[in-house]
Amino acid sequence: MKALRNYLDKIKPHFREGGKFEKLHSTFDAFETFLFVPDKTTFRGSHIRDAIDMKRTMSVVIMAMMPALLFGIWNTGYQHFLSTGQQAGFWQMIGYGLQKVIPIVAVSYIAGLGVEFVFAQIRKHEVNEGYLVSGMLIPLVMPVDIPLWMVAVASIFAVIIGKEAFGGTGMNVFNPALLARAFIFFAYPAKITGDTIWIGGLSKGDGVIDGFSGATPLSKAASGAIDQIPSLHDLFFGFIPGSIGETSKLAILIGAAILIITGIGSWRIMLSGLLGGLTITLIFNAFAANSYMTLSPLTQLLMGSFLFGMVYMATDPVTAAQTNRGKWIYGFLAGFFAIMIRVFNPAYPEGTMLAILLMNAFAPLIDHFVVEANIRKRLKRSTTVVKS
Amino acid sequence: MAQTIKIKKGLNIKLIGEARKEICSIETQHYAVKPTDFIGVLPRLLVKEGDIVKAGTPLFADKYRENILFTSPVSGVVEQVCRGEKRLLEEIRIKSSAESESEDFGADDPRSTERSAIIEKLLKSGAWPMIRQRPYNIIANPDDMPKAVYVSGFDTAPLAPDYTFIISEDLSDFQLGIDVLARLSGKAVQLGVQAGGNFPEVNNADVTLYSGPHPAGNVGIQIHKTNPINKGEIVWVVNPQDVIIIGRLFSRGVLDTSVIISFCGSEVISPAYYRTRKGVSASVFANGNVKAGPLRYISGNVLSGSRIKPDGYLGFYHSQFTVIPEGNYHEFFGWAMPGLNKFSFSKSFFSYLTPNRKYRLNTNYNGGERAYVITGMYEKVFPMDIYPMQLIKACLAGNIELMENLGIYEVDEEDFALIEFIDTSKTEVQQIIRNGLDLIRKEMS
Repeated sequence: MKALRNYLDKIKPHFREGGKFEKLHSTFDAFETFLFVPDKTTFRGSHIRDAIDMKRTMSVVIMAMMPALLFGIWNTGYQHFLSTGQQAGFWQMIGYGLQKVIPIVAVSYIAGLGVEFVFAQIRKHEVNEGYLVSGMLIPLVMPVDIPLWMVAVASIFAVIIGKEAFGGTGMNVFNPALLARAFIFFAYPAKITGDTIWIGGLSKGDGVIDGFSGATPLSKAASGAIDQIPSLHDLFFGFIPGSIGETSKLAILIGAAILIITGIGSWRIMLSGLLGGLTITLIFNAFAANSYMTLSPLTQLLMGSFLFGMVYMATDPVTAAQTNRGKWIYGFLAGFFAIMIRVFNPAYPEGTMLAILLMNAFAPLIDHFVVEANIRKRLKRSTTVVKS
Repeated sequence: MAQTIKIKKGLNIKLIGEARKEICSIETQHYAVKPTDFIGVLPRLLVKEGDIVKAGTPLFADKYRENILFTSPVSGVVEQVCRGEKRLLEEIRIKSSAESESEDFGADDPRSTERSAIIEKLLKSGAWPMIRQRPYNIIANPDDMPKAVYVSGFDTAPLAPDYTFIISEDLSDFQLGIDVLARLSGKAVQLGVQAGGNFPEVNNADVTLYSGPHPAGNVGIQIHKTNPINKGEIVWVVNPQDVIIIGRLFSRGVLDTSVIISFCGSEVISPAYYRTRKGVSASVFANGNVKAGPLRYISGNVLSGSRIKPDGYLGFYHSQFTVIPEGNYHEFFGWAMPGLNKFSFSKSFFSYLTPNRKYRLNTNYNGGERAYVITGMYEKVFPMDIYPMQLIKACLAGNIELMENLGIYEVDEEDFALIEFIDTSKTEVQQIIRNGLDLIRKEMS
């Protein structure tokens, strides 16, 4: 460690302004601060600082995504061998899953972080850790058979248009990971919808057993085949086809617990999102105009990416509402619209992505009204004082 | 029965090195007055090196408000006038003489003295700067009539001195000081007291009890909870020990700046209370009583105190002298460790499993400065009906109308100290608020 520190101190001058590698300053800085917490001390204001920093925060979020990722890896293998009818052991399934999922994760990180490093250098600031989370979220919301180049293009699009165009980390309006998914959704719809892309190898059709359908519960529901929706047990534990990270609700709930206990994810958004989804489902149940609308609230909430979206996507602090009161409204509407779009949109079985992006756009407006209420209260107080 | 206000939001930072309840004495000849302690004051020097001064002799005046005088805390000789960059007047050092002599301002009963005469005496003796106004936290304007005078009788900051203990040493002068302040506002002084404490009975004061974590003891929080400041209104605030000094000015007719200082912090070998005078030299405390290693000397508390050199002097408004370790070292994978010995408001370190533990915290930022990403954290340590993140951003943008609307007149930088402490983005929140306040003050004058 000491030797590593000394080595870093030795090569550091080359990365400063005027040094040989000054163009790699941000990159060096990112790696140095990754290895060592900087020795910078306070010089004014509070002399002591909380132990938490952005790296810690983001690594907690990544840890919260681990159960979903690990289950996704296993489920990729499980679904594949189910489709080919082969017998396979646990490690075989993991092996197949790793072989499919790791490249997607790697491509997402390399493409996205590459852009981040370039922008950090141009803007002369340190590399923000936000993409460490986005880079993990992107693979988790992708179908496993997505072409890798598409992941790369979508990640780059998400960082440049989604984040840097708005001024960088902390200024973006839309959740970058969702934007990456929406990009593929609108640019290459055939690669992210349909019945064959959710299971590794199914779109190529190698050795698939006769009559196997890779349809997700949602597309079954959308086509009216309500009776074919898997059992609540399978929906909850995630033995179903779907995007890599979305299938196991148990894994997502473990992640949610980590986010809530550490205080890093907003429980207000998660809870109000659930309430929003529940409300619209109960409204649908009351009208029951078609078979989709008769689905029980539990089935609705356990299907598709609803939970994944509410736990990991809607809670993104930058693109969500920023005031506590605003978070209740924002979360509720995100959940509400997610189920509504899912049931009413004929073109696409899931509504979570579009609902959250829609609410991202409205979050500043919600905050505006919440803050305005506070301002009006203050103005009212001062005018009553003047009158009396 | 006094009203009790429960403060729920906030954070008590538990540090090692609390001063034991024992008043020690300390011998030194070195004192200083630092014009930089006073926000917005442009000093005009009235003495030169070698001048003989008594306790209460004017050292400098404020160029903007010439009637506000700053006087010597002790009798002796002006040893040195220290100037910094651009000839900024930094310190006027006084070497005290063996015999203590004081200017005589005459003893009075404040209850039978005209308000104008009281103000005159406070101004002449140099006690006036102890009265500060909100908004802006600058020295009060003698021509104003405040809507109230507030005294917070307790401090909840880390390792803060116990004012109940300190005041009980000088209770009669504290009472007299309260009587003086009551004459200034024409009504009872608003006194904030910790619920469940044994604060002595005080007359002429409206007592409000507060329970809850820091910043419950901040006078700004107490004003906000009981009588918030609207645009154009002024509230005066005085520290408890300064109330005692004002009391003495009327009981004995002299400026006796004797104060009790809490010398504390994890790097102090034997933390205790000391009786000394305002502006005392820091080195006499530290000499032989601090641990080895690079140290941070802080006049005041760790959250909003000011950094001083080892041979510096304590600030005019501070009753606390804290010494903590510097954090100027690299920590290998520090952000990734489980963190049993690291203190964090968030529960992302396992130290949250031991809530009663006391910590030895250093001055490391524990991370790099980042954009504002996390939301909803600031509100958890900010017990005001104000949106802190929005106000900080309004200050950064210099948007005066928005700052006013969001409640800038009700806050002071120290109210944002906890936000600065817990800030994941490691920004200088207190400085941002100070800049916002300064901007408004300039625009309004």
